[in-house]
Amino acid sequence: MSALRITIDPVACEAYGYCAELLPEAISLDEWGYPMVDDRPLPAELMALAKRAARDCPKRAIALRETKNR
Amino acid sequence: MTTNTAPPLGSVHQLLGHPTDLEGHLDAHGPLNVALYPNCSWEQSLVTSVEASGLTGRGGGAFPASIKLALARSAGGGGTLVVNAMEGEPASDKDKVLLTWAPHLVLDGAQYLAALCGADRIVVCIPIGRDAVAAAVSHAMGERTGHRYARVREEIVRPSDRFIAGEESALANWFDSGLSVPVFRPDKGTPLRIGKRPALVHNAETLAHVALIARHGPGPFRIHGMTEEPGTCLVTISGGVAHPGVVEVDRGTPLSDIAMLSQPVEPVQALLVGGYGGTWVGPGHFGTPYASISLRTIGAAAGVGVIVVLGEGSCGVAESARIARYLADQSSGQCGPCVNGLPAIADDLARLARGQGDGVSMARLHRRLRDVNGRGACRHPDGAVGLVRSALAVFAADIAAHGRGEPCPNWAKPTSFRFPRPIGL
Amino acid sequence: MNSTFLWYATRASGIVTLVLLTLTMVLGLVTTSRARARSWPGFAQQEIHRRISILAVVFLAIHVVTSILDTYVHIGWFAIVVPFTSPYSRFWVGLGTVGLDLMVAVFVSSLLRAHIKPGTWRGIHWLAYACWPIALAHTFGLGTDSREHWVIALGALCVLSVGLALVWRLRASAKRRVRPSIDPSHVAPPIRRVTTTTARGAWDDH
Repeated sequence: MSALRITIDPVACEAYGYCAELLPEAISLDEWGYPMVDDRPLPAELMALAKRAARDCPKRAIALRETKNR
Repeated sequence: MTTNTAPPLGSVHQLLGHPTDLEGHLDAHGPLNVALYPNCSWEQSLVTSVEASGLTGRGGGAFPASIKLALARSAGGGGTLVVNAMEGEPASDKDKVLLTWAPHLVLDGAQYLAALCGADRIVVCIPIGRDAVAAAVSHAMGERTGHRYARVREEIVRPSDRFIAGEESALANWFDSGLSVPVFRPDKGTPLRIGKRPALVHNAETLAHVALIARHGPGPFRIHGMTEEPGTCLVTISGGVAHPGVVEVDRGTPLSDIAMLSQPVEPVQALLVGGYGGTWVGPGHFGTPYASISLRTIGAAAGVGVIVVLGEGSCGVAESARIARYLADQSSGQCGPCVNGLPAIADDLARLARGQGDGVSMARLHRRLRDVNGRGACRHPDGAVGLVRSALAVFAADIAAHGRGEPCPNWAKPTSFRFPRPIGL
Repeated sequence: MNSTFLWYATRASGIVTLVLLTLTMVLGLVTTSRARARSWPGFAQQEIHRRISILAVVFLAIHVVTSILDTYVHIGWFAIVVPFTSPYSRFWVGLGTVGLDLMVAVFVSSLLRAHIKPGTWRGIHWLAYACWPIALAHTFGLGTDSREHWVIALGALCVLSVGLALVWRLRASAKRRVRPSIDPSHVAPPIRRVTTTTARGAWDDH
C-alpha cells in the first residue's frame, strides 16, 4: 500500500501561505513564511484538501507523490 | 589563494608524482586502450572493473561510481561527459593540482567513461578566473590532438566561479540557461540532462582513478585504502600549518597523520573536515580514519577532500562565524529558507564571536538550524547547518564564554582560512 | 421575446458585468503574497476572486446574447467575435468585442492552467488588466445610459475603487519582504570554448 506525500518545490515557492491555511495539520510556516511539511504520510481524510492546496498554489510549487510505506 | 605547484607531500604516488606530458604519461601508465568500435566484451570488463574496485565519487557525494555509471548507460547514447573541475570550495586545491600535473589521467578517464556511455563529447568545466589551470588543460588537449590520440572530442568551458556552481545540477543548468544555480530534483534517480541529451557528471579526481582502474584493473586500486573503502584520495591541507598543499593519501589514513604531513605550527585545537560545508572534529576524534564510513560514526563526512587545521592560537567561534557568513553570501538566492535563514544564523554567530552574546538566543539559533536543514533545492543549507552545529558542539566551552560576554582574545586575529574576498565579523 | 425587454436586459446585464469586473480587478490587485486581513485566509481571497470573475463571465454572456437577439439594432454574431465589424456603433461595440475576446482568453487559460506553462498563464492573465478600462470605455462610449446620474456615479465609484487598489498594490510591491532572486554573478560571460577535434580510431596500439 502506498501513501501520498506532499513535496514542495523550494525554488518555485514564494511564501503565499495558502497551503498552510488549507492544511494546517500537515503544513506549518517558518518565521519567514515558507512552508514546512510534516514527514508523516498523509491520512486519507486530508487527501482532498491536499489536492486542493496543490491546485490552488499560485506558483504551482506543490506536488503530491506516491511513496511506498516505510 | 595559492596553488600548490611543488611536488606533492606524502608517500603515495598513484595519481600524482608522474610525468605531466603525454609521452611521459604513456610511459608511466601504459596506453589508452579504449575500444575502437562498440565492443560488448570490452565494455563489460570495464564495467566489472569499476564495480569491483569499489570506487566512490571524489567530489563530495561519495556515491558509488558503478551505480552512477549504470544509470548513465541506461539513459541512452549521444550524451555529454562532464568533467567537474569547478572546485568552488575555497579551501580545496586538489582538482587544480590534478589538472595541472596529471591532466592526461583525467582526460583518459573521461574517454573511458564516454566510450561506455556512448557520449559524443567531453566537456571540462573550469571556472572563470583560473586561466592557469585552463591553459594547462588546453596544452594537454593540444598534445592529444597532435598524436591523434583521443577518441571523443574534448572541450573546455568556463562557468561562473561561485561556490555552488560546481553542484551537479547547477553545472548542467548552466549549459542550458547560463545560470549556475541548482535545480530542484525530487527524484535523484532520473539522470541529469543538458538540453535533451543525457549528461554524466564526474569529479576530475574520480575520472583519474577510472583511468588507472581501466588500465590495470581493480587490484592496484584496492591495495590502497581500506577494504570497505579502497583506493587513494587527494586532500588539501591548509590553516595553521607550515606547508599547506595537496597530498595523496590512502583512504582510511587517520586524520592526525594526514594533518601532520603539513606540519602544524602549534598544537591543534580542532580540524575542519570536508570543506566549509563540512564539520569540525575535536581532539577526541583526531585518530578517526579518513573514510566516509568511519567519519559517519562521528557525524562527519569526507566531503570534498579538505582538512583545515585550527591551531590553539585561533578562535574556533570566529572562524566558524566567518565561514557561516561566506556560506550565507554564496546562496544562489532561489529558496526562502536558505536566503533568509543562513544570514540570520550567520548574524547570530558573528555576535557570539564578538562577545555580544546578549542579542543571541541559543534556543532560537537551534530552532533556525533545525528549520533550515533540508529545505533548499540543493544541500547548500544542509552543509551550513552541519558546520554550525559541529561548531556549537566542538567549541561548546568557547561558545558559552563568548555568550557571557567573555570572548577569547584571539577572535579578532586575522583569519587563517582562505576566502575569495575578506569576510568581516 | 419582446424587444424592449431584451433592450433593458442588455443594458442591465452590461452594467452588472462592469461592476463585477471592477470587483474582480480590485480583489485581484489586493491578492499578494502578504496582503490579507488577519481573519480572512489567502486561499479564500483567491477563491472569491475566481468566483466573481466567473459570475462576470456569466453576465457578460447574457449581455452579449441579448444584444444579438434584440433586433432593434443590428449587431450580428460575427461582430461579437471580430472587433469593429458591427453595423451599429462600430467603434464602441468593437471595443466591447475586444473586451469579450480578452475575457474569453483569460477564462480559457485559467481553466487549462494546470496544463500550460506558468509564464504563459501569467502573460495571458495580464491581458485582464486591459479588460476593465475597455469595458468602462465601451459602457460610456456607447452612451445608452451614460448620461443618467446614477450610472455616472457608479462609473466614478468603479474608477475610484480600482484606482485605490492599484495604488495600494504598487506600494505593497515596493516594500515586499526579502524575496529570493538570483545574484547576477551566477551568470557567467558567454561560453568560451577551447575545442580540440580528434580523428576517430587513430592510435596505434589497439
